Amino acid sequence: MKNFNGEILFLDRADINTDEIIPARYLTEITKEALKPYLLEDLKFDGFDPAKDIAGKQVIITQSNFGCGSSREHAPWALEVNGINLVIGESFARIFRQNMFNCGMMAVALSKEEIDRLFAEFSGSPATLETDFANNRFTIKGNNREADIGFSISGFDRALVEAGGWVDYADVNY
Amino acid sequence: MGKTVAEKIFDAHFVDNPCEDIFVIRLDAVFCHEITTPVAINDLVSRGKDRVFDPAKIKAVIDHVTPAKDSKTALQGKIVRDWARRNNIKDFFDVGRNGVCHAIFPEKGFVRPGYTIIMGDSHTCTHGAFGAFAAGVGTTDLEVGILKGVCAFQYPQTLKINITGKLPPGVFAKDVILSVIGRLGVNGATNKVIEFAGPVIENMSMEARMTLCNMAIEAGGTCGICYPDQTTVDYLWPFISGEYASKEAALAAFEAFCPDPDAVYADEMTLDVSDLSPQVTYGYKPDTVRPVSEMEGTPVDQVYIGSCTNGRLEDLRVAAAVLKGNRIRDSLRGIVSPATPDIFTKALDEGIIKIFMDAGFCVTNPTCGACLGMSNGVLAEGEVCASTTNRNFFGRMGKGGMVHLMSPATAAATALAGHITNSTLYSA
Ligand code: SF4
Repeated sequence: MKNFNGEILFLDRADINTDEIIPARYLTEITKEALKPYLLEDLKFDGFDPAKDIAGKQVIITQSNFGCGSSREHAPWALEVNGINLVIGESFARIFRQNMFNCGMMAVALSKEEIDRLFAEFSGSPATLETDFANNRFTIKGNNREADIGFSISGFDRALVEAGGWVDYADVNY
Repeated sequence: MGKTVAEKIFDAHFVDNPCEDIFVIRLDAVFCHEITTPVAINDLVSRGKDRVFDPAKIKAVIDHVTPAKDSKTALQGKIVRDWARRNNIKDFFDVGRNGVCHAIFPEKGFVRPGYTIIMGDSHTCTHGAFGAFAAGVGTTDLEVGILKGVCAFQYPQTLKINITGKLPPGVFAKDVILSVIGRLGVNGATNKVIEFAGPVIENMSMEARMTLCNMAIEAGGTCGICYPDQTTVDYLWPFISGEYASKEAALAAFEAFCPDPDAVYADEMTLDVSDLSPQVTYGYKPDTVRPVSEMEGTPVDQVYIGSCTNGRLEDLRVAAAVLKGNRIRDSLRGIVSPATPDIFTKALDEGIIKIFMDAGFCVTNPTCGACLGMSNGVLAEGEVCASTTNRNFFGRMGKGGMVHLMSPATAAATALAGHITNSTLYSA
């Protein structure tokens, strides 16, 4: 199973699309590793600088409809090669969400209230997240606080994470 | 309880229900292009599983960058080409015979009502125009599709959109879908299949239905679906005449994939288009839509007519009708990419290509190129493009570039005026 713990990158915008996660001009690469320097290169909003803010982060917390747009699995791959295997948001585009679990990674939706609370309490200063996969819990620490939040994923998503992705799962089952 | 189109198709393709509402379904076709397939091929090779579930059900094309523009894109093409040969995939469309995937595959008769189709491309929803369930997927789903002929989806929820009234002259399927996306928002149909119904759809050509379904994903939709009817049968007849005794028999078979009258929908909406005017996007999301008249005068640097949304013959005909006998402004450049070789040939025969060239357009080979800012018309930083494509994300057609989505008629009129404007086909 992949690592779902680490420092949090807060991306305070809705509808972050796959062109922003990894621009089309890098789709000519045929290895995942080659995508590493370009993660979120075209994401522009106040308070985010891809050149400074990505390094060392292992978890993303964001708003709604993350990963909309193209079907490119280059988006999860660009996250993966940067050590980010977990994105938490209010909601996700279907293909992106499926791509994450297909790669054995996680895209976990929380309620708007919970997302708002995490932004209010933890963004703006260093924060870390720990995942208790067996018990469906996240523990977030930072800003002299601690939050313990439950999450739910489907049994199928759980199986994909445990199998290491859909290819391995399908190979055994179909 | 009655069923929607997607529910009928899922039930007819059931393989497994591994848990809750997740269904694994059997695939009738797996489409491939050179951007998202090579990593799947390489992974299959490295796993020692370089095989395909059924070579006749796999269709492949090089379309995003073609001919190759550099060594990297040449390698992507080569990986797909070599793989198609090794695995005996007959329907592989190489340079010269290739066109934009969602234009060339329907044109070759690869889509049928009731089919299940996946492709590593978000605009795979286009093929729902034939009454198929066609969904864009990532490379891992594609890889499993290639190897096993199955894919997993949530059991579909359907949003039914009734399009009523009568389209005014000069207002097209593109304006309808832009208006729908403006209402739904980029997230409005996430995890849902959209059924497009009503008299306006019934009167649309297959080309127009493809334009409509093409952009279902821009509202987050898994697939856009139109009901199979006489128009569908007429379009497909050259490919199915050996399979059915008559067109009536084909229609009867296809109508099995129309929804039951008591089908249950997650949501329904109605849009009367009788007063709809031509639409255009103004922001960096496809739901930032307003009437062209409100954007009148916006200067542009490039006009692009092409793509899987609006690069078909009907689109080129409309643009040519606007352009005929006129020249585009010197302040901008016009680029047109007929979406397939067949469209290109017919446009030549009809004199359409000459009209474009006389107007001062650059005519490219069939390719996606400019649509995703990879080749054949990439924007420079700060430039603005009036485009018949489907995505206006920041930098989509070139880093730092702005894209306004519109119909071919509006794009052609914009090329002549030098700024965004309504076409003469439309009179308010
Ligand atoms: S024309 Fe554009 S949207 Fe359509 S498949 Fe090609 S790149 Fe994608």
